[in-house]
Amino acid sequence: MIEMINVQKTYPNGVSAVKGLNVKIQSGEFVYVVGPSGAGKSTFIKMMYREEKPTSGTIIMDGKDIAKIKDRKVPLLRRDIGVIFQDFKLLNNLTVFENIAFALEVTEERPQSIKKKVMDVLELVGLKHKVRMFPNELSGGEQQRIAIARSIVRSPKLVIADEPTGNLDPETSWEIMKIFEEINSLGTTVIMATHNKDIVNTLQHRVIAIEGGLIVRDEQKGEYGYEL
Amino acid sequence: MNYRTFFRHVKESFKSLGRNGWMTFASVSAVTVTLSLVGVFVVLMMNLNNFATNVESDVEVRVHIDRTATQEQSAELGTSLEGLSQVEKVTLSPKEEELNNIIESMGDDGKAFELFEQDNPLNDVYVVKTKTPQDVVTVAQEVEKMNYVETVEYGQNYVEKLFNIVSVSRNVGFVLIVALLLTAMFLISNTIKVTIFARRREIEIMRLVGATNGFIRWPFFLEGLWLGILGSIIPITLIAFGYKYLYDHISPSMTIDYMQMLSYNPFILQVSGLLVLFGALIGIWGSLMSIRKFLKA
Repeated sequence: MIEMINVQKTYPNGVSAVKGLNVKIQSGEFVYVVGPSGAGKSTFIKMMYREEKPTSGTIIMDGKDIAKIKDRKVPLLRRDIGVIFQDFKLLNNLTVFENIAFALEVTEERPQSIKKKVMDVLELVGLKHKVRMFPNELSGGEQQRIAIARSIVRSPKLVIADEPTGNLDPETSWEIMKIFEEINSLGTTVIMATHNKDIVNTLQHRVIAIEGGLIVRDEQKGEYGYEL
Repeated sequence: MNYRTFFRHVKESFKSLGRNGWMTFASVSAVTVTLSLVGVFVVLMMNLNNFATNVESDVEVRVHIDRTATQEQSAELGTSLEGLSQVEKVTLSPKEEELNNIIESMGDDGKAFELFEQDNPLNDVYVVKTKTPQDVVTVAQEVEKMNYVETVEYGQNYVEKLFNIVSVSRNVGFVLIVALLLTAMFLISNTIKVTIFARRREIEIMRLVGATNGFIRWPFFLEGLWLGILGSIIPITLIAFGYKYLYDHISPSMTIDYMQMLSYNPFILQVSGLLVLFGALIGIWGSLMSIRKFLKA
């Protein structure tokens, strides 16, 4: 699915965030990315959907080097990847339906097909009854579920989540994780950066630990491994 | 792009005009002020240009034929005049006609000159029209060297001065209009930039879900277009009514041949079209300039 070879990233201000990553993630895997703040987790994740471009090295995704694709082709890449953030990134002036439909409008889908797909993902995240509401009328957990729905509405092969439970209480976090588990069980690759020790240790999956811009640990069924 | 997407862009652009009410107002005002100034200038310039062209087309070289020249010699001169490359038309004005012209132009006093009809002291004259007004000077110099020519007249000082004034005022007007348009573009691009700042999130999310830059740009492109067109409404109304008023009140009192205002129709239609076009262009340009930064990868 994704392979990084000698990937380095130095920002224009001289900060060297990633100093040589070599990693291979198979299709259908569930991967936690852990490590202290500022260790390069976010850069690692951002390079996968070309929010950041590596300074050197190759990132192969589905046989293509996404480090080398033209800027103009980046939107096409993004359409195959679902991205989820800590702060949900929903538009408050659009309803739940419109927020999700947004992701389909950019590729000019037919209205009937948009409607069906949106209702299907809402069913998956269990918020079908809130379709006409606005994001600020929903709880944090519900907003994150809408964001997840938007990220998977196009049935991407890869879902990338950057601390999706960072803003949520423990109970809600578990509900969100259940959804990720379900997405993964349907065959979608999930890559998640997280600081949540309980989740990593309980719902065990592959763990990649990044420190100082390097991968210091990569184990199947790993543990969080840091004390809070 | 299919019609549904286009319709979506149109809808989005209108929504955004409403949502950013004050900024819309500010942008439209900027366009309005600029276009009003530009409009007044264009009207002034075009009228001035019209005067100038009329005056220029009146310019001619008058070749006084030597009184001792025979008919053949005079005809010979006529042919060599026609042979000059810059010459458009040569007409012979016999001395009787010249005298009549004087008598007519003097009105009642002209009667005094009727005495000269018996013994006409004037010369026969070749009136030479050049292809472009600027040619008169060279033509006059050429003609002076020819045989059977007594004097050549083309209003030396007056013509040269006129050409200078016309070309200077054309250039100054052009520069002023361009400067005004540029100012408007920066005003608009800045006002739209403020609204876009509030919409950064929207653009960020669009990019995230895989919208192409073209898709993101469309609503902004249309919004700029609407701002420009809205901004041109007041200037057009102002100039249409203002010019109508001036035309009705001043035009009748303008009696000199070449000092005529351009007639209302189709002039005002042309000016209006020009203003809408300017408005649309500066609106679109301003809007596209301001999102450029947010579309960089």
